[in-house]
Amino acid sequence: MSNKNASPALEQLRDQAIKNRASLEGKTLILVGTATCGRAVGALDVVRVFREEIERLQLDAAVIEVGCMGHCYAEPMAVIYKPGEPGICYGYLNEGIAARLPQDYLVEGDPCAEFALAAMEVHEYIPTFQDFPRGLIEQKAVMEHCGYIDPENIENYLAVGGYGSLAAALDRNPSEVIGEIKDSVLRGRGGAGFPTGLKWEMCGGSQEKTRYVICNADEGDPGAFMDRTILESNPHLVIEGLAIAAYCAGAAKAYFYVRAEYPLAVERIKKALQQAEKLGIIGKSMLGTKYSLDIEVFQGSGAFVCGEETALIASMEGEPGLPRHRPPYPAVAGLFGKPTVIDNVKTLSYVPLIIKNGAGWFRSIGTEKSPGTAIFALAGKLVNTGLAEVPMGTTLSQIIYDVGSGIAGNKKFKAVQIGGPSGGCLPEETLDTPVDYESLSKAGAMMGSGGMVVLDEGDCMVEIARFFLDFTQKESCGKCTFCRLGTKHMLDILERITKGEGRPEDINLLLELAEDVRAGSLCNLGKTAPNPVLSTLRYFRQEYDAHINEKRCPSLMCKDLIAYYILPDKCERSCDACVGSCPVEAIFSNEDRIKVINQEKCVKCDSCLVACPPQYRAVIKVSPPDEVLRREKGVK
Amino acid sequence: MILTEEEKREAVEKSREILKRHDSSKGSLIPVLQEVQSVLGYVPPDAMQEVAGHFNIPSVDVYGVVTFYNQFRLTPPGKNQVKICMGTACHMRGAGIIMESWERVLGIKVGETTLDREFSLERVACVGCCTLAPVAVVNEAVHGKMTPTKVDGMLFSHRLANPKEKEEKPGE
Repeated sequence: MSNKNASPALEQLRDQAIKNRASLEGKTLILVGTATCGRAVGALDVVRVFREEIERLQLDAAVIEVGCMGHCYAEPMAVIYKPGEPGICYGYLNEGIAARLPQDYLVEGDPCAEFALAAMEVHEYIPTFQDFPRGLIEQKAVMEHCGYIDPENIENYLAVGGYGSLAAALDRNPSEVIGEIKDSVLRGRGGAGFPTGLKWEMCGGSQEKTRYVICNADEGDPGAFMDRTILESNPHLVIEGLAIAAYCAGAAKAYFYVRAEYPLAVERIKKALQQAEKLGIIGKSMLGTKYSLDIEVFQGSGAFVCGEETALIASMEGEPGLPRHRPPYPAVAGLFGKPTVIDNVKTLSYVPLIIKNGAGWFRSIGTEKSPGTAIFALAGKLVNTGLAEVPMGTTLSQIIYDVGSGIAGNKKFKAVQIGGPSGGCLPEETLDTPVDYESLSKAGAMMGSGGMVVLDEGDCMVEIARFFLDFTQKESCGKCTFCRLGTKHMLDILERITKGEGRPEDINLLLELAEDVRAGSLCNLGKTAPNPVLSTLRYFRQEYDAHINEKRCPSLMCKDLIAYYILPDKCERSCDACVGSCPVEAIFSNEDRIKVINQEKCVKCDSCLVACPPQYRAVIKVSPPDEVLRREKGVK
Repeated sequence: MILTEEEKREAVEKSREILKRHDSSKGSLIPVLQEVQSVLGYVPPDAMQEVAGHFNIPSVDVYGVVTFYNQFRLTPPGKNQVKICMGTACHMRGAGIIMESWERVLGIKVGETTLDREFSLERVACVGCCTLAPVAVVNEAVHGKMTPTKVDGMLFSHRLANPKEKEEKPGE
């Protein structure tokens, strides 16, 4: 199949791309991150203001929309490359700052260090990203170009060496390429960790001529957004990986299965595919070889279970997304009964890098059994939330304290939830656990797809378990009885506990049900559904006991077990902040002008607690609710 | 929600138009339904019957697919669609409180549409903006770091921008 002319063809395209980019030379470049995370906080307004200012000042500059660098906490962000100076990255932008920067920096030469996040290279008085603890731990492989190249312009990707691995792969036999991937020990990044090369080989070795390759971008885990960011920031990387996978598996048709909630990702993939087809990189006789591949985008319809590969296939066949028994694995009999390779977005993103740098390079990163990097979506109560790419084997505490800069608001760390609804909550004593497939499973969580939600002392672990069970219970497809009814019963029990109606025998009942649901479910949705309950019971049993025996929520979170109370000795009297903030007019002034909450009217919306000025902090939460009565009567 | 004859006719016409562009292999079923929803805003019974006829399958199978996937809605959406993210990060930062605020100010429960069809309120699984939690999506625009007072403010500014021509009588 190989005829060794793909690489020269690509070389030509790359030269052309570099030549076309030459028009940007000598210009100031302003890169603004406009992935979904940036757009949500006004990045498009920032782009508009930059363009207006450049127009007004008649500057020789170009504003380019790029993806996300992973520092989502500081969005909207922009990197300004002024010719002859190191690039400077600005964070927390708004229209006002964006209106100032072109005048101050580009015209008058003041780099406005007060708005700068970091410099891209060594700078006189702005530190670089490498000067922060985060910079030392992070190792960007997949995300190397995210946030630096224009995802909607293929020439950007070609100029940084893009599609070189596809050309190199096309010039080799599929078996050689598979050998390289197997040699790298790349494991599926969707969560299960199946060796990728083996999967391709199974499909490629099939007698059946029609085969399919699917990129699984149905990222449904609440708290995970790695796939979205990669697709929005560097779609061509994933397309390249998908094309290599298709070549190795001998497929003529490939699909992107993207969830419906990611409209921007869908738009950018479609645009990227069009551009690649136009240049002859994808499509009929790719890069002048005999190999042809058609790639199509299929949009999911909002069912979490469709992230499971057999359910995903069912939904593409126009059926409700019910998983089926494995074996036969999709690599043997998948879409329309044909051999099908299904790989996660991140897995496919590593493929071009392994082809380019070799299997040895990949194995040199991370641990022996889990080589490479891991991408985590950091969310929850961290100072710096966002996306982090770290080598496998990095410890949890390094990720939370060095990359995420610790817990926000001077609160205490309580737990970290890893792996979404299938994962578990790990407490402080497990923070030395290195992140790799085996260590995390041993600690009671799982690698999952990479969502990491950090919880502080104000988060109730029973409520967390209830939240995840509520999710899996709603998303259960209903095929297996234990998953459909077992999760419902577990949820009922947890709801009872969070309402203060728990019974002493509930905990044993939960444990029994968890075992049954795990044993009686076909797919991983059901098999792992009890994990959040089991891990919280394992590490935070005392919280369950407080809810059941004392009808008290130690973290002051469960609504039925708390009440809001205004401390009379702290209330400032002449301040009305809480009264104005209350949406149901439950707060009134007593004869001493001290504010009091009418507990019958209160909807526990938290507004008064937020509104009370920090110098008073008079509003507090108490649990159990009758604590208010006790305090009002003055009984200490 | 009762549909008018006009709406029923529109559903049939638009569905037929969409179906003309698709083959009848069953793999196209979900893309067709997605298109129907993007044109009409929902998938009414008349459209489902048209689709079933095109693919030569029982209407109940189409109904099964439509009700299985969260994306499809059976009732017309409000002119303004409010979706509240209920992902982990949002939940821990008070998505429930935000949801209740919307329910309170709009006077409807989640999944419903206001009587004047001005607003509909829905919950969504994660929209992937966890760093901005809690998040509300109003007409595809993501609003981060929501608070109950921000909800009041958004509704207020909407009412200022879209003054009602005359007060509608209740029940109409």
